[in-house]
Amino acid sequence: MEIEQTSLPGIGLKHEFSTHSGRRVAVVSHRSGRRDLIIYDRSDPDRACEAIQLNDEEADALVELLGAPRIVQRLNALHSEIEGLVSIQLPILPGSPYDGRTLGDTRIRTRTGASVVAVVRGPQVNASPTPDFRFTAGDVVVVVGDDETTRAVADILTDGG
Amino acid sequence: MHDTAIVFLELGGIILALGVLGALALRAGISAIPLYLLAGLAFGQGGLLPLATSEEFIAIGAEIGVVLLLLTLGLEYNASELVSSLRGNARAGLVDIVLNAAPGAIAALLLGWGPVAAVAMAGVTYATSSGITAKVLSDLGWIGNRETPVVLSLLVFEDLAMAVYLPLLTAMLAGVSLMTGAISLGIALGTVTVVLVIALRFGRFIEAFVSSPNNEVLLLKVLGLALLVAGIAQELQVSAAVGAFLVGIALSGELAHEARALLMPLRDLFAAVFFVFFGLQTDPTKIPPVALLALLLALVSIITKLLTGAYAARRAGIARAGRMRAGIALVPRGEFNIVIAGLAVAAGAHPDLGPLAATYVLILAAFGPLAAKLVEPILTRPPSSAP
Repeated sequence: MEIEQTSLPGIGLKHEFSTHSGRRVAVVSHRSGRRDLIIYDRSDPDRACEAIQLNDEEADALVELLGAPRIVQRLNALHSEIEGLVSIQLPILPGSPYDGRTLGDTRIRTRTGASVVAVVRGPQVNASPTPDFRFTAGDVVVVVGDDETTRAVADILTDGG
Repeated sequence: MHDTAIVFLELGGIILALGVLGALALRAGISAIPLYLLAGLAFGQGGLLPLATSEEFIAIGAEIGVVLLLLTLGLEYNASELVSSLRGNARAGLVDIVLNAAPGAIAALLLGWGPVAAVAMAGVTYATSSGITAKVLSDLGWIGNRETPVVLSLLVFEDLAMAVYLPLLTAMLAGVSLMTGAISLGIALGTVTVVLVIALRFGRFIEAFVSSPNNEVLLLKVLGLALLVAGIAQELQVSAAVGAFLVGIALSGELAHEARALLMPLRDLFAAVFFVFFGLQTDPTKIPPVALLALLLALVSIITKLLTGAYAARRAGIARAGRMRAGIALVPRGEFNIVIAGLAVAAGAHPDLGPLAATYVLILAAFGPLAAKLVEPILTRPPSSAP
């Protein structure tokens, strides 16, 4: 896929690409931080038939909606590529000792050697959570390690290990 | 009544009237510039409500308006954008100059106004109003269109051309000899080059000097710097407007963005004063004799801008509908053309130049956005031959 970048003097930048079905899509990044999602007309490919204005928050939400399933997919692809590497998704169940406590409290990396790479909460993916990230019941923790270490993490998250 | 009281009454009356006119323009979806000009005509000599006391204050306010117009315009661009635009669009830019400067110059020569007025009129018919055009593009949702980068680059090219043209015009209007004119043009070109180089290489240092987390300090520093440089430029016969434009160019990035946001309200106020001042200087009774000529000139200008847009867009591989949109977007004239005419009038060019330019801008500032709006549905109707 080829993304074409055009500068719009005085306004900002435009990134544009064609989908495999032949539609052209673009994002105009205004200097003010505003983002326009542009969809081009089929019969007049120079014309933006739809220009949707997004503020920071809306643009972030759209990115997460489009990006969340992709992170899990990429992780799965990663561990099938590297032998012995496993990524698993562990839910924080109600009653887990870490419901309401932070990632730092679990000391997962020190105790097992495995890494927490993301926490999925509802539609939102927190990639690379920091030690002060606080779990709540219902979170899904994405852990990368080998067979043994990921199993140890599962034990820690369910009964404190 | 005390003098100050009269000045306040007059200024308050004007500004309030402008506010009401601005609201009307907003509701009608047109540019407010033609309405401000009309207001100036009404308040001026021979108008409905002649003002006397506050004219001096308005004159200085108008000068500041020009400086702020060009400063904020310069803030929109950074030096690398200007350079790359200059490289990529030189040919379309030249077509723009030749096609659109010609009608004004030819008209002035045919009327026997002489070469200086011809150069001034060339500028009046050449420059597209970047302000109105940018508004049309965003109002109609054309910013994402593929012909829009072409239109924007032409606007950048025009603004750069102005940086060379304004000092040339200033020198010619001052009636200096060919030698002095060449020197001041040389100084102008030199200054533009030096500023571009400084902005490209050492922009960080200027930004570090101006930059401040405090809005008040930032506003004072940017405005102070712009007025100082404008004054120096004026002294060098380079035109204050160009000096301010160059200060704007030298500042870029986040700083330029913040400064622009701070200066916008000031610019809106003083630019409105500037349009009123131009209207004030124009005797409305002089308009009817030149109205037909202005209309004719406007018609020719619409055609030449359509041709310019079509040519530039075609070079960028844009299809027919997009070429048409590019041309239409370039039609509006406004602030720059009045700035140029203002310089000419102040220097005592032909007495009909002011009324002609005012009427011409009145027509195109009002008609340009309207034409774009009218043309939009025609251009977007799917062709009947489409599958």
